[in-house]
Amino acid sequence: MALLDVQDLTTHYFTLSGAVQAAENVSFQVEKGEALGLAGESGCGKTTVALSVLKILPQGGRIIGGKVLFGDKDLVTINEDEMRKAVRWKGISIVFQGAMNALNPVYKVGDQIVEAILTHETDVSGEEARERVGKLLETVGVSPTRANNYPHEFSGGMKQRALIAMSLACNPELLIADEPGTALDVIVQAQVLKLLRDLKEKLNLAMMLITHDLSIIAETCEKSAIMYAGRIVEYGDVTRIFKEPLHPYTQGLLGAFPSIKAARTRMSSIPGLPPDLLHPPSGCRFNPRCRYAMEICREKVPELIEEKGTNRYVACYLVNPS
Amino acid sequence: MKGEGKMEETVIKASNLTKWFPIRRGFLSTLFTKRQLFVRAVDKIDFDVKKREIFGLAGESGSGKTTTGRLALRLIEPTSGNIHFKGKDISSLSESGLKPLRRKMQIIFQDPYESLNPRMTIKEIVAEPLQVQKSGNEDEIKEKVSKILEDVQLVPPQEFLERFPHELSGGQRQRVGVARAFVLGPEFVVADEPVSMLDVSIRGEILNLMLSLKEKFGTSFLYITHDIALTRHMCDRVGIMYLGKLMERGKTEKVVFEPLHPYTKALIKAVPVPDPTSKRSDVIIKGEIPSPVNPPAGCRFHPRCPVAELPLCSHKEPPMIDYGDEHCAACHLVGKPGWEKYMAGT
Repeated sequence: MALLDVQDLTTHYFTLSGAVQAAENVSFQVEKGEALGLAGESGCGKTTVALSVLKILPQGGRIIGGKVLFGDKDLVTINEDEMRKAVRWKGISIVFQGAMNALNPVYKVGDQIVEAILTHETDVSGEEARERVGKLLETVGVSPTRANNYPHEFSGGMKQRALIAMSLACNPELLIADEPGTALDVIVQAQVLKLLRDLKEKLNLAMMLITHDLSIIAETCEKSAIMYAGRIVEYGDVTRIFKEPLHPYTQGLLGAFPSIKAARTRMSSIPGLPPDLLHPPSGCRFNPRCRYAMEICREKVPELIEEKGTNRYVACYLVNPS
Repeated sequence: MKGEGKMEETVIKASNLTKWFPIRRGFLSTLFTKRQLFVRAVDKIDFDVKKREIFGLAGESGSGKTTTGRLALRLIEPTSGNIHFKGKDISSLSESGLKPLRRKMQIIFQDPYESLNPRMTIKEIVAEPLQVQKSGNEDEIKEKVSKILEDVQLVPPQEFLERFPHELSGGQRQRVGVARAFVLGPEFVVADEPVSMLDVSIRGEILNLMLSLKEKFGTSFLYITHDIALTRHMCDRVGIMYLGKLMERGKTEKVVFEPLHPYTKALIKAVPVPDPTSKRSDVIIKGEIPSPVNPPAGCRFHPRCPVAELPLCSHKEPPMIDYGDEHCAACHLVGKPGWEKYMAGT
């Protein structure tokens, strides 16, 4: 059984101008010790999916359908109290986007991690918590003596490491990392990604990596889900998706990435813009930008169907004629 | 594209270009310490941009790329050193002497959300450079604006002229930014990370647009970016900056595939590749870029350099040496055994 099994998750944001259909029928699984990369452009609903899994959606956001199975619980139905006591931090933890701003500037870094431990594990003494913080910082490659520093005394990369340490404070089984490298320089980003890979090995940690950068997924994950306008369009084994993308959107996205190793070519792009999720197009949401769009693409939403025996799923009528 | 047997014309030539920003101090600290501190944003760098060429400047944040771009247009005053535009020293020109040259030198800014005045219409934004330069009467200006909007594929132009920036998408806004830079038909354009704020799927369009405008107007570019993978697709030559210094400079293919400086090598190794089967390197250099207020002595990269030889690298600043075919690097260790071994690794 998968560690995290998301089935048909649908999340909308209710605003004055209507419901923003940010995530529609999103399904995926994360196994123990496995890394899943959730990729897509800004506004495609990747972060919404992560926030839905932890049930920490901002005001107006509501899960209106589907299941989030974690262990033997359906996170959608359990109450807030249980969510806080049993799931957040201990089961699933998250490293938020923007390492620069996620730490409180007026508390010492160590104290912030201690606070997280003491809040969630009431049987731990302050002393033990402090000891654990030292170990955690060491695991992420920060000297334990730095626990007494304030966030402004940390560099960008160290802040990101401290946040990762904090997310590991209560030994979660699944770590969600939202854009872990985005605000960092290439070299520091490479350091952080290596750290995540090492942690995954060492702690047998399952990971969900949210990023717009497909290269990061290629380097870190076994599985990938490509999202477009709130729906998963392609999902499965990362090598298959990257080597032989089937969905026209995945193809376009991969083509738009400059590779340092590939031959020098004219850069390609996908014409048009992502749709307004208040009024998404009918049928396949990619159809207005798709050069292969057919009649049926405008009428019916394509289902995510497995390509026989390959563990890769595509939602496109070109691949799975109805 | 370049060469064609005759002498290549140099459009921009920077020599010994330096910009130190003084650090503002409180009243008390001026009483107690005499020493004025500086952020050494750009420190004695040399480069040139040839006609119809795209010269890339790549480096991490805080390496001085943007400052260099602004110096090249003299949007800020250099602390020392010179900028020559087509043989003319512009670093000592007066503002009024500079004005006729301004029409030939333009800039495309990084952030299309911040660089367009939200209270001006697209027409006003694109027409402004023409009005400042007194390029024709109202009708001519209007015609030129429509023409350039067509060139940047904001078509039909009538539909965009009276709109405001907030009505456009990020990609369309950056097209307006490009139109504003090209409406005067410049000979030299600084593009400061023009696509880093845009979604990946639309970046290609903007880059290809700049390439076709470059062909059309015969423009030279200084292309500033942190994305070294992108330089391969855009730039003819590239310079790698670190802490205000140029570490390496040469033809893009040479620099990317046969780097001479250990920093360049480290930077290239750190770039993630969108291919799950490619061998990833686990040897990553340690630490982060130090403060430009107190840059390390000697070679600025030596505290992070995996092959640094002390005390040589920590005492003597390496000169920029040409290793043939315009491929220059500032490193003491080129050709030494430790360097050979590191540079041969994946």
